[in-house]
Formats: sequence, C-alpha cells, structure tokens
Amino acid sequence: MIKKIILLVFILLPFNAHGLIKVDITRGNLDPLPLAVSPLAIDNESKTKFDEILNKKDIGSEISIIVEKNLKTSGLFNPLNREAFLQKPDIANLKPRFEDWKLIKAQALITGKVNYVDEKLRVEFRLWDILAGREMMALAFTTVPTNWRRVGHIISDKVYERLTGEKGYFDTRIIYVAEEGPKTQRVKKLAIMDQDGFNNKFLTLGNELVLTPRFNKTSQMVTYLSYFKNLPRVYLLDIETGTQEVVGDFPGMTFAPRFSPDGKKIIMSFAKDGNSDIYTMDLDSRVVDRITNHPSIDTSPSYSPDGKFISFNSDRSGYQQIYVMESSGKNVKRISFGKGLYGTPVWSPRGDLIAFTKLHKGKFYIGVMRTDGSGERLLTENFYQEAPSWSPNGRVLIFYRETKTDNEGKGFSAKLWSIDLTGYNEREVKTPTDASDPSWSSLLSN
Amino acid sequence: MTRSILISSVLHLILILITAMSLPFLAKKPINLPPIVSVELIQISDKTNIPFAPKAQKTIEKIKEKEKKLVSEQAPPKKVKKIKPDSIPMPDENIKKIKKVEEDKQNPEKIDNEVKQVSEFEKKELFDPNNIAALIDKSKVESAETLKKTDKITQDQDRNIENTGLSLSEEDALKAQIFGCWSIPLGLPYNEDLLVRIKLELKPDGSVISSEILDHARMNKPGQGFYKVLAESALRAIKLCQPLRVPSTGYERWKDLQLNFDAREMLEG
Repeated sequence: MIKKIILLVFILLPFNAHGLIKVDITRGNLDPLPLAVSPLAIDNESKTKFDEILNKKDIGSEISIIVEKNLKTSGLFNPLNREAFLQKPDIANLKPRFEDWKLIKAQALITGKVNYVDEKLRVEFRLWDILAGREMMALAFTTVPTNWRRVGHIISDKVYERLTGEKGYFDTRIIYVAEEGPKTQRVKKLAIMDQDGFNNKFLTLGNELVLTPRFNKTSQMVTYLSYFKNLPRVYLLDIETGTQEVVGDFPGMTFAPRFSPDGKKIIMSFAKDGNSDIYTMDLDSRVVDRITNHPSIDTSPSYSPDGKFISFNSDRSGYQQIYVMESSGKNVKRISFGKGLYGTPVWSPRGDLIAFTKLHKGKFYIGVMRTDGSGERLLTENFYQEAPSWSPNGRVLIFYRETKTDNEGKGFSAKLWSIDLTGYNEREVKTPTDASDPSWSSLLSN
Repeated sequence: MTRSILISSVLHLILILITAMSLPFLAKKPINLPPIVSVELIQISDKTNIPFAPKAQKTIEKIKEKEKKLVSEQAPPKKVKKIKPDSIPMPDENIKKIKKVEEDKQNPEKIDNEVKQVSEFEKKELFDPNNIAALIDKSKVESAETLKKTDKITQDQDRNIENTGLSLSEEDALKAQIFGCWSIPLGLPYNEDLLVRIKLELKPDGSVISSEILDHARMNKPGQGFYKVLAESALRAIKLCQPLRVPSTGYERWKDLQLNFDAREMLEG
C-alpha cells in the first residue's frame, strides 16, 4: 500500500509542480531617500536648563536641524519639510504613527529626546523603517552640554551608517590654510573647523607661512610645513593636547608631508643635491630613508591604506603623470595615461580609488581612477582647483578652488569645495576667510 | 668668591635665555583647542519597551479594523476546475472551454481598462521602444492563443498555459515598477556579492502576503552589514511598490514569485 502511495506521489508530482518564477532586478533609482527628522523631544525643565547653559531656546530642535543638514549635504537623503509632519515630537518619540509618516512619503524617521541629567546632556534617538513599521536602531549617550553640536553629528553618522552600509563622515574636522590679504601678500594661518564649517579656530598667528596640513588617519595628529627664516620646516601638531614640535628642517623645496597609515612615519618629497625625490622619516628615530632615486621630479607621495604601496607624481616620462610603487620604492608603475598633466594623487581610505588633480587645455579637473589607472572619472572642472582630500569613508572629496582676478588684479578668492563620488553633489564649504589645502580628519567617535 | 658666583649665574641666565629664544618650539605656546570628549553609545532597544501612545493605539486599531473589513469584502480568487484526465471532451464542452480560455488568458476588456487607468508615465513605459522584444513576445502569445481557438484544447495544452513563467512584457512591466521603487544604498561595496533573493507570496491583486529573504542567515553574519542594508532596501522597495504590477490572469503561475535584487551593475557604474 505504502509503495503504491509513494509511486502515486511520484507520478503526480510533475503534474502539480511548476518552476518558481524568478525576476532579476538589476536597476534601481539613485534618488535621495526621503526621510523625516523629527525634532528631538525635550521636557520643560531640561529646556530651561539648556537655555541657561547654552543660550539655546530649544536644543532638541537645534540638534535635529544639524542632523537634517548633514544628511541633506550628503546627497543621499532628502529630509522632508518639518512643517508637513503630522505627529508631535514627544508622541513620535514614544511610538510613531507610521501611517502619518507614510502619508508624507517618508521612508525612514528619526526621533529622539534630550534630557538634562546630572549636569550632562543625555540623548536617546531611534531610527524607524516607516514602510516595514519597525525600529531599525535605538541608541543613547551622555555628554557635556557644550558638546551639543557633536551630538547632532554622531546621530547623523549612526543613521547614515545604518541606511547606507558604510560609516559616516559627519563627526569629523577639517584642517586647512586660512588666507587673507591681497594675492601677492597673503597671510596664511593654520585653521581647524567642524566638517560643516562651524567651530572655526585659527591655530597659528600668520607670521609664518604655513602649507599643506595633513591629518594622521589614526589619531588627531597633524603634520604641516612652515617656513621659518625662509627654511622649510616640518611640524607635528597634536590636536588633542594642542602641543606642537619640529620634526626637522629640510633643504631646498620641500613638499606636502603626509603620515603613513600607522602614523609612525611621514612621507614627503624634498630636493637634495638638486634632485627632488621621495623620502620617509621615522618619527621615533628621526631616521630619513630615500624611497625614489631618479633624475626627474618626484613629488606628492601618498600611502595606500594598507601601507604596502605609495602613489606619487613624477615627470620621468616627460610629462607629469601618476605612478604607483611598493612602499620600499620597488616596481614603479605608471598608472595615468590620459591627455594632460596629472598631480596630487591621494589614495582613498577604502583603498579602491586614487583621487587626483588634472590639468588639460588650461582647465583643472578633480577626478578619481582605480589604483591600476583604469576607470578614470573626472568629477569637476574649473579655472583652478587642486589638493583633493578624502572624507574618512572614501565617499566625498574636499579640495580648494581659486577664482580669476580681473584686469586690476582684484576679485581673487580661494574657497573650499566638496564633491561626492557621483560628481553631482558639489558644494561650497563655508569658511570665515579664504581657504586652501584642506585635510579631512578621521571620525572623532567610532 | 661671591663675585665669581654672581658672574657665573648671570652668564648661565644669559645662556638659557639665548637658547630659549633661538629654539622656536620652546617659545611656542600650546594651542588652546576645544577638548574632544569621548562618547560612549549604548544600545537602548533592548532596555526600553515603549508602550503604544494611547492615541496611536486607537489609530492603529482603527486601521487594522478597516483592513479586516477590506479583506472580508474581497472576493476569493476563482478556482478553475481542472479537467479530469479520464474525461473525453465532448464537442459541446470543447466550445465552452475555448470560450473560458479566451476570457482567462486574453481577457481583452480587462486589459483595455488597465491601460486606461495607468498614468502618462506608465504608458510611456508600456510603449518603451527598448521593449520591442517584449511586444513581439506578447504578439506571439496572442497569435498562439488565436490558433488555439480553432484547435481542440487538450489536457497538455491547458497545463502548459498554467505552468509557463511570465512573458517578457509582463516581466518588463514588473521590473519597471520595482526599478522605480528601489532606492539603492550607494555606500555598498561594489566588489562584494550583492545579490538578495526574496521569495514572495502574492494575492491575486499583486499585494504581498509574505516575503522571505532566502539567504537570511547572511543578515546577521559578522562583516556582512552591507548585506542587511541591501536586503532591507529591497524589502522597502517591495512594500513601496505593492500592489505589484502582475498579470491580471494566471494567478497560479505567479502567486509565488522570486525577486533577485542585484546592485552590482548599478554600483560599479
């Protein structure tokens, strides 16, 4: 009997079974994700306290504005107008009515609350998936009230990471050269600010020429070049303690000191015996090693994130092009072959791309290419722009752009700009003075 | 003796002053920078179990009731009687069956209505010149069905209609709909395996009864955070798109459907 049943099943099976229909979805839209940033709820008592300490009437709303602006500038999100919100912040924070948020076409929602607890600012925030009707993330932290802007940046980073799959870049700083005065007599100071342009602070007085500040990617340390009595001198500045020290004096033209990924060395180019080559200096022993030895001009070295390779530009082929070599200086390979001159190669923190400046037919371009030189993409074109620096997640580049002067020599300006890898999201980063040579820090919090 | 000590200390002092002035790093004052305060983030979802706000509770209940009503008002899908293998078709029965097949498979009136209802944008999609292959395919299906009118429908033919997949035009319509709903997370690493397979169980109107991620185990694997982000974006696309643009006939064919979301092509640029 059982045999008969089994036989019957096998006979009937092919009649009833039919293949599951499979449809391949290989395209989607790249439109910014519509999301709602509800103002963070705050009770009256905390509101009064924060008003006394920070002179901010509604700190909850102020923090959410920071989050909103950060996410908007990333180009990946479209924060919806808060006037369209149907639910009040205090109720939304408890449990959002997903139908209300669906109505205004939000796909994600950020809610939260701020409290004054033991003289500190305590924040709770939640990210909701409106379409699935569930909580995606809920985090809390406590900090000093004066840190309130960073609270907004930390929330932005966490939301960005949860929704895009990569780390954010909002809780970061940018160090740059602040410039003032006429073009022929520029006063250049070292300055630092948050990535959104707030909390700007000048670090030097401007009586010495400063150039090319570069962040160490593993700590809050900066190396920069300054001319003391017309001699280039490489400095180290610890952002956390504010102390700085001279690494050494270098002869002739010295360019762009940059940290190795582990922060133990700096790599730079300088001219020795009339020949510009690439050197490294061990920061503990102060021993200098020569990496390239070629009669051409080798400059702008930059390590790969794993420290195994170095990209640099050289005119050894007759024109300035980008080259990659092992960190020992062996196996030098040219990777740029396009028309024009290529310079300032900078390896992405993700390790997949190299950003560069290109000069072709009198115009300057900021572009990216793969580390083998393939897939060159020019992201932006202008009269004069250079010195790209990567955001810590390798998604955005910051660089500076100069404008033309008129016939009377007026109208010159230098400003910081950012552009993402799509090439569509280009923005000016506001600074109180003219600015050049930006460098992006790593995340202050992880 | 005292004089020599005095001279010696003055000279030492001068030496110290000269050293301090000639070494600029000693003269540099530490820069007054705002301190970087470390912040420790705490997961709070496990610690708090937020109750529904009373107002929200009521609204959700109301919506649930409405949904229930809607479900009860909806007519169950028609069950198509299958031809018994033993039965020998009589001439009269044959004619009836042909009519039924015409209604089910072609259903010209219903198709007309659908075309009238779609927006201008969707019309453009329907007549996309890139989908000529799909149109040819559709015409093939139609011509095949016209031929069937004259032939006797046998048991095998009937089964074939039920068991074939979506035609190219049907597949294209569905794809075009989901393309518009799927916001690809741009931060994903393009050199990783970015394929999310989702199995759907659908209602006859194209709304989703259930969705299941086939490689669910990958969602919580360490180092696979990007897969979770991608899978969630795919689920959002399905929710946003539903009811899915499925054919008006042949429910049995597509009631179970697998969507393979592959972001590699888009992310590689």
